[in-house]
Amino acid sequence: MFDDFFTRALVAGIGLAITVGPLGCFVIWRRMAYFGDTMAHSALLGVALSLLFDLNLMLAVFIVAAAVSLLLLLLQRRGALSTDALLGILSHSALSIGLVMVAFMTWVRIDLVGFLFGDILAVSEADIDLVWGGGILVLFAMVYLWRPLLASTVNAELAEAEGLQPERTKLYFMLLMALVIAIAMKIVGILLITSLLIIPAATARRFSSSPEIMAVMASVIGALAVTGGLFGSLHFDTPSGPSIVVAALCLFVVSLLPFWPGRSSETAIHSIHGGHH
Amino acid sequence: MLNIRPPQDAAPLVTLANAGVRRNGRWLVRGVDFSIARGEIVTLIGPNGSGKSTTAKAAIGVLKPDEGHVSRLAGLRVGYVPQKLSIDWTLPLTVERLMTLTGPLSRTDIDTALHSTGVAHLARSEVQHLSGGEFQRALLARAIARKPDLLVLDEPVQGVDFSGEIALYDLIRQIRNRTGCGILLISHDLHVVMAETDTVVCLNGHVCCRGTPQDVSRSPEYRKLFGGRAADTLAVYSHHHDHTHLPDGRVLHADGSVTEHCHPEDGHHHDHEHDDVHDHADDCGCSHHSRLHGYDNKESGHV
Repeated sequence: MFDDFFTRALVAGIGLAITVGPLGCFVIWRRMAYFGDTMAHSALLGVALSLLFDLNLMLAVFIVAAAVSLLLLLLQRRGALSTDALLGILSHSALSIGLVMVAFMTWVRIDLVGFLFGDILAVSEADIDLVWGGGILVLFAMVYLWRPLLASTVNAELAEAEGLQPERTKLYFMLLMALVIAIAMKIVGILLITSLLIIPAATARRFSSSPEIMAVMASVIGALAVTGGLFGSLHFDTPSGPSIVVAALCLFVVSLLPFWPGRSSETAIHSIHGGHH
Repeated sequence: MLNIRPPQDAAPLVTLANAGVRRNGRWLVRGVDFSIARGEIVTLIGPNGSGKSTTAKAAIGVLKPDEGHVSRLAGLRVGYVPQKLSIDWTLPLTVERLMTLTGPLSRTDIDTALHSTGVAHLARSEVQHLSGGEFQRALLARAIARKPDLLVLDEPVQGVDFSGEIALYDLIRQIRNRTGCGILLISHDLHVVMAETDTVVCLNGHVCCRGTPQDVSRSPEYRKLFGGRAADTLAVYSHHHDHTHLPDGRVLHADGSVTEHCHPEDGHHHDHEHDDVHDHADDCGCSHHSRLHGYDNKESGHV
């Protein structure tokens, strides 16, 4: 049904954008941007492992990303180093180990650029099924997790005191992130996944008066960015992944302009002060 | 769910038995024993770092005790106001949305709670735009709207001005009387506990003393920890104010004298001679003594 490569790219990209919208909101609310980066970078280790053991690529990436996030949780609990430093160690080690492993595997030729920046124009119908199937799964899980996740984002102790389970919720959220990264790798690539998580969500903040509206807005803005980016890449003959990110950035810049109605100016002022309490 | 229960309901909501919490090889608090029954108000006091918040968190299960036992009634419904709560500005959260953060509530319950804490007019404001006192009221509204069995309030009146403080303590009393819930209160001021407190537990890494407010203020441990003068001023908010503001702005004190202000320097109370003892108590520049009702008559015997 999607015989045109451009239509396939559009359908897959929009599906992905809708999926990552709500997750991206939590990434910025919980200040996990660098964490998302770390998980994404570890995906290259997943690629290397999948080649070495002849595993399904997406499965290998999911397993490695999930393992890295669990490792981080364990290291955080020991409390010897700051989360920042731990993320720095994990992120670049995983990326480098992946690159070194690939270099040793002289018998395979892989398109490294394809993994780093994605190749949305090469998306197959099977990929579309995966993006939409996985996306619907992730969104259902987010609806189910919404209240405990939001409550523990505001205050984990409050959530726990009032009968929710912030630790378990956090674990589920990390697994969803790993799944999304595995799905998104092919479309925007390892290096650009985090931007698709963060930029539409940050843009949505200006137009949102509740967490739920912001989640929906992030999906809508992400879908706009994908559409704009793909048409732009077709028109200007630019690489598709980076074009999508540039389109998202343009939307973000537009959202900063002062002529939007409502609470936007208050929010802008508040962002300068960085909140209180 | 019936929320009105007889206060004499037998089983305590929470019992701490020799509970201790240890972090990084250091005991934050040890050997804590107390229980909270329905309709009971327990107030924790103690200096900074004495383990008040830790004890409260152990009581509600946020921290697991490293020794001793904490037991809670099965299915205990808790309403919690934490000491510190910062909400990232990227999260668009109105007061109204904050109310249903941890569970669904009926429209009526939300409105009633917001009205009772006096922030109904802020329902649609973003929480990041509230003042410290308004935010504290919103948090209290959220906790009481849940109709909890146990209300845990960690310094609930921080950032609230004095008349608001009295109003909030009054509200807490009403909630207890109306719903019969147990209340664990952490006082932000060493010398001030709510008048209706049934049990004061004074912590300093361990339970240094406990009892009714009167007992604690007289106990030698409390006097040793905070000085005899401080013990005399363990004060309670009471509805029988010790002074009244007259229409012309002057102040009528309980002993019948009339002064220009309620400041200690106005000559009514002779506390300025003892300021050294109170340096740690309050740095807002206005001593509490002139406004609060002490258990012991501080004018007699010590001045």
